[in-house]
Amino acid sequence: MTQIELIRERLAVLSPQTLEIRDDSAQHAGHAGAAGGGGHYWLTIVSEQFAGKPAIARHRMIYSALGELMRGPIHALSIQAFTPEEL
Amino acid sequence: MDIQQVIHQTVTENPVVLYMKGTPTFPQCGFSANAAAILKACGTQFTAVNVLEDADIRQGIKEYASWPTIPQLYIKGEFVGGSDIMKELFQSGELQKLLDAAKG
Repeated sequence: MTQIELIRERLAVLSPQTLEIRDDSAQHAGHAGAAGGGGHYWLTIVSEQFAGKPAIARHRMIYSALGELMRGPIHALSIQAFTPEEL
Repeated sequence: MDIQQVIHQTVTENPVVLYMKGTPTFPQCGFSANAAAILKACGTQFTAVNVLEDADIRQGIKEYASWPTIPQLYIKGEFVGGSDIMKELFQSGELQKLLDAAKG
């Protein structure tokens, strides 16, 4: 399973209507901050579950769903999280 | 003093603190560079902490806010968010308000 498939699988608990994941690792290879070796990902997720929640709470829901992936495999994650109504 | 106390003291004794990789002049990560640029664009004086200089702070800051990534912005001791949230708040004008309130 690729890292993106794994991320997609973990985020299924948020019942996303739309989930777009892009691997940006190549753009960041070799910079000092990336010394840990994990990947850089960019994520757009649309879910009803974000309704009434501020951005911090939405990001925390995503981090929590990703669990240990955030401690190594994912070095950096850019998140755009919306409800269907916000689109 | 343990590392959580050190962090708590830093974020409560300074009105605006950015934990980042590298420095505002020489950021070592694109996300940290964006975060520092946003604060500069707001015309804010801020305290920058380079987590690459201290492994304990680098790990400790993730535990302090229960937030797994860096950069992290704190205003008056309160965790505001990482670089995506800073960008959203900046674009909506909310960040400027938070920063202005912290000055006063």
